Amino acid sequence: MGISLKVKIGKLQLNNPVMVASGTFGYAEEFKDFIDLKKLGAIVTKTITLKPRMGNPPPRTCETPAGLLNSIGLENPGIERFLQEKLPFLKKTGAPIIVSIASERDTDEFITLARRLDKIKEISAIELNISCPNIKRVHQVTRSPGHQKYGLIAQDAKATFEVVKAARKVTQKTLITKLSPNVTDITEIAQAAQDAGTNALALINTLMGMSVDVRGRKPKIAMVTAGLSGPAIRPVAVRMVWEVYKKVKIPIIGMGGIMDTQSALEFFIAGASAIAVGTANFINPRTTIEIISGLEKYLARNKIKDIKELIGSLKI
Amino acid sequence: MNIKYQISNIKITNQKSKVISNKKIKDNYFEIIIAAPEIAGSAQPGQFVNIKVSDGIEPLLRRPLSIHKIGHQATRPPGHQSKAKRQIVMLYEAVGKGTEILSQRKPGEFLDVIGPLGNGFNIDRRPLTIDYRPILIAGGMGTAPLVFLAEKLREGKSQKSKGKMLVLIGARTKKDILCEEEFKKLGCEVKIATDDGSRGFKGYVSDLLIRELSAFSSQPSAIYACGPKLLLKEVSRISQEHHIPAQLSLESHMACGIGACMGCVIKQKAEGRKRKADDAFEYQRVCKEGPVFEANQILWE
Repeated sequence: MGISLKVKIGKLQLNNPVMVASGTFGYAEEFKDFIDLKKLGAIVTKTITLKPRMGNPPPRTCETPAGLLNSIGLENPGIERFLQEKLPFLKKTGAPIIVSIASERDTDEFITLARRLDKIKEISAIELNISCPNIKRVHQVTRSPGHQKYGLIAQDAKATFEVVKAARKVTQKTLITKLSPNVTDITEIAQAAQDAGTNALALINTLMGMSVDVRGRKPKIAMVTAGLSGPAIRPVAVRMVWEVYKKVKIPIIGMGGIMDTQSALEFFIAGASAIAVGTANFINPRTTIEIISGLEKYLARNKIKDIKELIGSLKI
Repeated sequence: MNIKYQISNIKITNQKSKVISNKKIKDNYFEIIIAAPEIAGSAQPGQFVNIKVSDGIEPLLRRPLSIHKIGHQATRPPGHQSKAKRQIVMLYEAVGKGTEILSQRKPGEFLDVIGPLGNGFNIDRRPLTIDYRPILIAGGMGTAPLVFLAEKLREGKSQKSKGKMLVLIGARTKKDILCEEEFKKLGCEVKIATDDGSRGFKGYVSDLLIRELSAFSSQPSAIYACGPKLLLKEVSRISQEHHIPAQLSLESHMACGIGACMGCVIKQKAEGRKRKADDAFEYQRVCKEGPVFEANQILWE
């Protein structure tokens, strides 16, 4: 019997709903010895900025109970070197490629980046990373004077709307907006992104955290605060997917501490149309592939023909 | 000399691998032997493996351990030499949550092992002579990979050759000295430094290096070192002062070990057009471009 794992994200038809989370998969080449990359639902690249970024000083990571703190600071070679040096390998994988982008300064950078990527046919979609907690707080250009604020774009509904709208104007490609959990009401931001024309939402980015070396009374991360990922944040992520699912119509890509099939299923049932594996890639580089076959087995065992029947099927 | 990616074409494997033995060698120091034929067949000195010490999520991350040796004398039954080549040996100190759990794993159990990882030492194939005497400098647990290196440097060379590798081992106290006998069996001359003076030279092994260098009639041709960052920084300074090429194997906390997370970076002096100032640098991953770096490439904090 045919079991379908196919899902649609915007214009993008995925063979299966298992992707990787930006920043946890490099540019895919790091994983070529471990998995057959073309089997992935989609590959999301590490975030690219207009200019190369050195990233933050070390120490950049630290292990916490069932979690990982990181403050890499969007180290990346910049868009031009990405296209020259990293994209050729990504194209060869055969999996749909989603390029994650971020701005260091203003909305214009998103526009420039989205325009540049729009022309490249092998790129399936663009993810707007408006929620990285580890770069110097982006100066939000809300167009009205007197409303300039410091903070993440994804912490402000108006700024989110403006960035998504600006990117929407310059690209026909599927747009995914990545949201931050470091907000009071994530549904407000999700709705703003939907209103501005994003095709899908990716959630959640890391939760802001901090860890202290008590012997030296020093922060364990050079930048002091950092983003928390891993199984420790999963319940928060599932809750946010559920909240957003109830409020928006567009597909949700759920992520946050997915380690195996069971944890992936939580996200589908809570309302995610697809999921992304993040930190687990660091621990078991085969996690994605194991989840794809695990989902098939789960559907077969429960006599469900199509994964879409599972999405948002939470019984309350 | 650019040693980047020299062995990056080696296939990395990820397998459940059987623990052959896991025993305390002294105090808090353990030796674990794991059956891993692919890794054993291709690993180079300086490379490491990344081990999941538990089956659950505590601790969450793998633990990187440098490869100490391939195969093992004690587990090699007579006439089964080829079998011994299928094992990798690692040394570790049970100091944290991860290594403590590892120390409790029993022979016959399986551990998830990824390897071989990173770029190892660039090995100078010259014959050992009186004039060519590499120096190996080991600090603490940094001793482990240097035994594998000494074996390779020794390979194919006559035991009777006049040159001897000099190994300087640094340890906190005499109880912490590792692998002294193993180096001696390989025909190395071994000198010891302890922080408290309980054996050998009293002080840091880098100070012992300075003393030894002043006693050399001709310049040693190469330095290989592994140990804590402060030691390597000193070795780097000394080697450059004496114009001796030095390769340093760095230790670092890692999240992934395979070059994906960008977590374990160090500063490397920028090359070519990027080099606008003396302190211009690029970040390099200890797990991928390293763990072995040329001493003069590193920009120390």
